[in-house]
Amino acid sequence: MTKPGGGEARTSVLDPGALGPASPATAPERVAEWPAHHLAAFGVMVAVLVAVPFVRQIYPVFVMKALCLALFACAFNVLIGYVGLLSFGHAAFLGAAGYASAHAAKVWGFPPEAAILFGTVAAGGLGAVIGTLAIRSRGIYFANITLAFAQMIFFFSLQATFTGGEDGIQSVPRGTLLGVFDLRQTTTMYFTVLVIFLLGFLVIYRAVHSPFGQVLKAIRENEPRAVSLGYRAEQYKLIAFVLSATLSGLAGATKAIVFQLASLTDVHWTMSGEVVLMTLLGGLGTVFGPVAGAFILIGLENYLAQLGAWFTIVQGAIFVVCVLIFRRGVVGELGRLLRKPL
Amino acid sequence: MNTQALFSQLLIGLINGAFYALLSLGLSVIFGLLNIINFAHGALYMMGAFVAYFLLQWAGLGYWAALVIAPLVVGLLGIVIERSMLRWLYQLDHLYGLLLTFGVALVIEGVFRNEFGSSGLPYTIPSQLVGSYNLGFMFLPTYRGWVVVLSLVICLATWYVIERTKLGSYLRAATENPTLVQAFGVNVPRMVTLTYGFGVALAALAGVLAAPIYQVNPLMGSNLIIVVFAVVVIGGLGSIMGSIVTGFGLGVVEGFTKVFYPEASNTVIFVIMAAVLLVRPAGLFGRAQ
Repeated sequence: MTKPGGGEARTSVLDPGALGPASPATAPERVAEWPAHHLAAFGVMVAVLVAVPFVRQIYPVFVMKALCLALFACAFNVLIGYVGLLSFGHAAFLGAAGYASAHAAKVWGFPPEAAILFGTVAAGGLGAVIGTLAIRSRGIYFANITLAFAQMIFFFSLQATFTGGEDGIQSVPRGTLLGVFDLRQTTTMYFTVLVIFLLGFLVIYRAVHSPFGQVLKAIRENEPRAVSLGYRAEQYKLIAFVLSATLSGLAGATKAIVFQLASLTDVHWTMSGEVVLMTLLGGLGTVFGPVAGAFILIGLENYLAQLGAWFTIVQGAIFVVCVLIFRRGVVGELGRLLRKPL
Repeated sequence: MNTQALFSQLLIGLINGAFYALLSLGLSVIFGLLNIINFAHGALYMMGAFVAYFLLQWAGLGYWAALVIAPLVVGLLGIVIERSMLRWLYQLDHLYGLLLTFGVALVIEGVFRNEFGSSGLPYTIPSQLVGSYNLGFMFLPTYRGWVVVLSLVICLATWYVIERTKLGSYLRAATENPTLVQAFGVNVPRMVTLTYGFGVALAALAGVLAAPIYQVNPLMGSNLIIVVFAVVVIGGLGSIMGSIVTGFGLGVVEGFTKVFYPEASNTVIFVIMAAVLLVRPAGLFGRAQ
């Protein structure tokens, strides 16, 4: 037997053949171009999401929640999927941005676009601080350290006065976007969230399919080699971390405006676990996986809400099944069937 | 400064430190051989307390029996978890072990929360350990003194077995190079299984010790385990003595913080962790990765 968890034959989580997307093009100057199957999948996704408000059976607030968490999962996926770092404390960025934007909108009277921007920037700043400390470590250490920092943010949110402790910041005004669109109307709010989600999604897509993204993958596969080629691995990892934190913040800030609430739920470690599960279920390192994972999990949560603690059991069981026999995730498996990395 | 308050916080710190030490010791032993962080540790600690509660309610078996039986039962469950699930992940990235045990923790906690809600169930102190000693400067409740002494004894015994006996030398050798140890005729897979069972049994023992102090509560593990993870990072993963010393030490530091600056008592360990990471990324007692 080889060393448990060690040895030469070990396959990485992110073995590109197994999980990660193959690079979309071989020639570097074509890296930014969309392969046809990504374009098709993106088209389907946008079409479905645009159609949502016109289908009466679907509750738009549910889809808005799923969209916010899908963006959160996509941002998380930047780290685990392309840098190979598992953060177990991403709730800190989601929650902190939520508090920041809720506070800005409610107490300072910021318009929604400024409140969301403020929350996003706050999460990015927090990401820079935590990232600087955490990025020096790898693997399990990294997971533990991010978890501990997130717990620090949790206790801060519990004790600070402006966060409202157990009550959170309630009845945050949605306001008027750019002074034109009244966000109190559900449909207007929905399309605003959709635009924010697509914007975030495209930023991530562009980032990971750029030369920058290629360097991240190189660091993931073989860091010493990337360093020997002259890339400053630490800086690349930090930039990826801050990008991930910022977009998680965008998701959290938007969520606070949609639900008019910033609460401890979003900073709690269970949320950090949930985003890991969404991404794992959808497919680590896939482009569309986190979105699918978020929608499946939020759908399940909605459906099982009346069962109370059963949802936790189901979540745990999904984790176990995914890790043991379904490591590619839904989209990863689909991509394998179609022989196209999605 | 009220010395009475100072010493009683110091005692609470020592008690917390005892639990930190027992839990981080188990995590370290498991990490050393299996290379996984056992996220289910908190849930299994909680199960230890619940097994003690069940033994009392259903079988009429008291504290002393629970102190032996609960670690055995939970250790057995750990062996089942290792045999049926963890062993398929050794060839993969270590992070999968973390994710799997996280899922196991959610399932266990969900089951107990479903049955018992999130309020605590009382567990009385055994009659032999009721009362307190007058130490002159303060009163020491007998049970709390017992917890500190027993956990210290168990921690040191574990350290002795691993660092000073033949069995321990096999374990340390397998941590360095399992293939070679296997070639010498040691059954490494069985050792891995028993090690996981042992680490988990330590958590259950801590759970039984905790039952009379805190109540028996489905959430008692998840509240504690994240702090213990920070303790492990500070001490350095895989270091046996490191986890004992940092466990007790950080408990005491936390106790002092409660006296001098109570607002920070929840976060002081995380702040220390950040500071340690800046100076020694592998932890105080850890070797560089």
